[in-house]
Amino acid sequence: MIAQLPILQVIVPLIGAPLCLLISRPTLAWLFALLASFTSFVISMMLVNQVMDSGPINYALGGWSAPIGIEYRIDYLNAYLLLIVSGMSSIILLAANTSLKAELATHKHRLFYVLYLVCLTGMLGIIATGDAFNVFVFLEIAALSTYTLIALGKNRRALTASLTYLLVGTIGATFILIGIGLMYMLTGTLNMHDLALRLADVSDSTTLITAFSFFTVGVCLKLALFPLHWWLPNAYAFAPSIVSAFLASTATKVAIYILLRFVFTIFGVSFSFTVLPLQDILLTLGLTGIFAGSIAAIYQQNVKHIFAYSSIAQVAYMMLALSINSTSGLTATLLHLFNHALIKGALFLALASVMYRVGSVQLSQFAGLGQRMPWTMAAIVIGGLSLIGLPLTVGFISKWYLLSATLENGWWPVAVLILFGSLLAGVYVWRIIVMAYFTPPATDISQLKEAPISLLVPTWILVLANLYFGIDPSLPLNISTLAAEYLMEMSP
Amino acid sequence: MISASDNLSLQLILILPLIAAVMIRLVAKHPNIREGVSLIASFSLLLLIYNLDHNVTTDPAAVLVWITLLPGLSLSFTIEPLGLIFGLMASFLWFVTSIYSIGYMRQHHEANQSRFYQFFAIAMAAVMGIAFAANLFTLYIFYELLTLSTFPLVVHAGTEKAKRGGRIYLTILLATSIVFFLLAMINTWLISGTLDFTTGGIFTTQLAANPALATTISILLALFIFGIAKAAIFPFHQWLPAAMVAPTPASALLHAVAVVKGGVFTILKVCVYIFGTDTLQQLSSHQVLLYVGGFSVLFSALVAMRQDNLKKRLAYSTVSQLGYITIGALLANSSGIIGAAMHMVTHAFGKITLFFCAGAILVMTNKTNISELRGIGRQMPITMAAFFVASLSIIGLPPTAGMWSKWYLLHGTIEAQQWLLMSVLGLSSILNIFYLLPISVRAFFDPVGAAQLSKQPLNKPSLEAPLPILIAIVISASACVILFLFPQSLYQLAASIPVADK
Repeated sequence: MIAQLPILQVIVPLIGAPLCLLISRPTLAWLFALLASFTSFVISMMLVNQVMDSGPINYALGGWSAPIGIEYRIDYLNAYLLLIVSGMSSIILLAANTSLKAELATHKHRLFYVLYLVCLTGMLGIIATGDAFNVFVFLEIAALSTYTLIALGKNRRALTASLTYLLVGTIGATFILIGIGLMYMLTGTLNMHDLALRLADVSDSTTLITAFSFFTVGVCLKLALFPLHWWLPNAYAFAPSIVSAFLASTATKVAIYILLRFVFTIFGVSFSFTVLPLQDILLTLGLTGIFAGSIAAIYQQNVKHIFAYSSIAQVAYMMLALSINSTSGLTATLLHLFNHALIKGALFLALASVMYRVGSVQLSQFAGLGQRMPWTMAAIVIGGLSLIGLPLTVGFISKWYLLSATLENGWWPVAVLILFGSLLAGVYVWRIIVMAYFTPPATDISQLKEAPISLLVPTWILVLANLYFGIDPSLPLNISTLAAEYLMEMSP
Repeated sequence: MISASDNLSLQLILILPLIAAVMIRLVAKHPNIREGVSLIASFSLLLLIYNLDHNVTTDPAAVLVWITLLPGLSLSFTIEPLGLIFGLMASFLWFVTSIYSIGYMRQHHEANQSRFYQFFAIAMAAVMGIAFAANLFTLYIFYELLTLSTFPLVVHAGTEKAKRGGRIYLTILLATSIVFFLLAMINTWLISGTLDFTTGGIFTTQLAANPALATTISILLALFIFGIAKAAIFPFHQWLPAAMVAPTPASALLHAVAVVKGGVFTILKVCVYIFGTDTLQQLSSHQVLLYVGGFSVLFSALVAMRQDNLKKRLAYSTVSQLGYITIGALLANSSGIIGAAMHMVTHAFGKITLFFCAGAILVMTNKTNISELRGIGRQMPITMAAFFVASLSIIGLPPTAGMWSKWYLLHGTIEAQQWLLMSVLGLSSILNIFYLLPISVRAFFDPVGAAQLSKQPLNKPSLEAPLPILIAIVISASACVILFLFPQSLYQLAASIPVADK
């Protein structure tokens, strides 16, 4: 049983998905999906334990050993990512039953859970696998289910948002496929470990450079790195609230994982950063992304849009940290992966509560909510402070590591720009606070009640996690330090 | 090391205001009990800190550790002379302000009084954290907490003006602390590998090993001085006049005492325990920053002269006086540091009295402008007498405590041979006379104003404020005189701040 953990992780939601279809009662389907997701979460915790104790795990699928069969390889990096994705998925799913009642027709609920589990399967599969082509397959599984999930949104604009995402996502996936195909052509293998070994011999070939370029551009589309970000805001804004929360806290993280895995494990640091100017590219795009995303967020009228643009800026922070190309930079990226998932999870779940009670997340609708929905708004305030990076929240820990990493590298101006970026976060968070606490409502909202407990509990689990890991960050810090060291060391 | 009993007291000192905040929330419906909680909490806090007093340790490394956030960075606390001065002052004045608030808030019929008292208590918790922080990291965290917890007090009135004031307040304080202070702190951490407050500073060995670091450290000093905007050095002083929209007790305790003194206290701590006085004197930016401080002193004194709104004038006067303390810290000789530490206290007593008086006048007569105050001394003799005493203390004339601190500050400039700064301090004291003294003098001896007043039917000959307000005013005003007569214990505490003099 223990030996099968790496694959069980993916199998559980995969089998759970069709089983959900058989359950007609929405609440039962929800409970079942919850069970599947939590099982994955428990498995991923066991995997983290195992990896921390005894190092990376290799698992040959169906007993076929590596070069021929598909290999699953769990090291610090993917154990950590599995933990984030399955954990966030489980906590967010807790809120799904109540939130969906307000946003989706009852007969569609079980379909929702099917898709949700399929999407989870895809994401976990991408992370767990050690095979390049498998990454593509799971990527498509996750992507197709995501398009449908987004299209379930109440607003009709969800359909166009979904279509845009579908087109962009397909282009991205195709680029990734071309990249992987070229690499296969060069080396004759799809196993990541083998690829890494064989690519070293052909590092000066233009084919490899082409493969790398296609691949990176494809992944950057997926992770919404500025200027390839335009599909993201609408996709997040018009999807059902639960989907927004789920995607915001996991989808971009998975894309970043793919980039890290390929750059560090397969292409290697020296190829990516010396032969190719990945550093300049990521640094420039990262910095512009931080400012473009944050400034765009300031001017939005829909709160989901605000947080969606903020996600673009936050992804840019992670890419900036990555571009430093040092262990501490990589640690900062990985820490922020975890922290940003907590922040955005909490914020989007709080928005789910607003959606549930108010029926809209337009900024103007927030007037007076500070009095009417104190717990929900308090969650947004704490999440917002964390986004700005004030002490005792996880955002501060991320910022501390990011700044240390840039300053260690002697990048003074970059550090100053990062700090100005966090001020911009202050501006857009401030707009929401002013609206919620200091603006009298335009209409009578005295009937409005606080969100139901079933929404508040998952939201506050994440809010408290924001504070807990802001005070004692040892868990994410230890794993991400180990993962960063491991990646830097293993990188060819 | 800290003894076991002191360790416990220190824990209590940090937690007590928070407990008070929770209690205030719980008894929100009973104003008498609620205010009783404030009084008892502030008085016990004072006693606790006073009892620490006997065990002054000059070793700032003796600490009480709460938690370690990141490797090498912990939330930890210690007892050292400078922190004791600040803690004693803040807790004593919290007690006095609690008495004052009882009269003020009721007489003025403020709304949401429980929220006010609650955030007041949280702000005091942050002040205690600042006072007893054992490293810069801890101090920074409580510094930010103080900004956030005082914000609801600034916007308490909920009016458009209050919101605007609150926005300026939050923007300037948060932006400077995030962009400058945090940057400086992380750099300090990367250079020296520690953020603990250390006697003699933490840069000494690095600087000796690598003289090229001097430029970087010079820049860091500037980042700290401007990043700690609570000290209101020009051009980051605008938040202070903006914060004057808060209810008077908040202006009095927080914006004349706790928040601004938290700022200059942080600057003193950074100068003495992070840079160290020796290192400070070698830095090239040190001279420039001294002049910036001097400019801040003169500039805001001149602006103060032109203000007709009493609270605004007092606010600019505060900005000016804070410049004195920053200068004292940057002079980096023992007289300068002693003067700065003493001025922190003497100015606090003087300025809180002035604010108390301004609040009493507002509550009783609804007047906020200085031009309306002519002849008011006949109706409010006690208030205006206290105003007079406190003005003397701010100017630095005997028989008030302000004389001692200005004496040491001047001494510090002479010792450092900063002739220009010496004349700036002198000139500014003259300006003080011009903008403070006439207010109380005209209140008593203004024939025109008195004539106008006597024409009105005087159905209430005395307009003195309610008893709690008067008690508070008398306590703080007499403290100005008492500290003139018995400055020894304050001086001894200030003199035990470890400064390496050449």
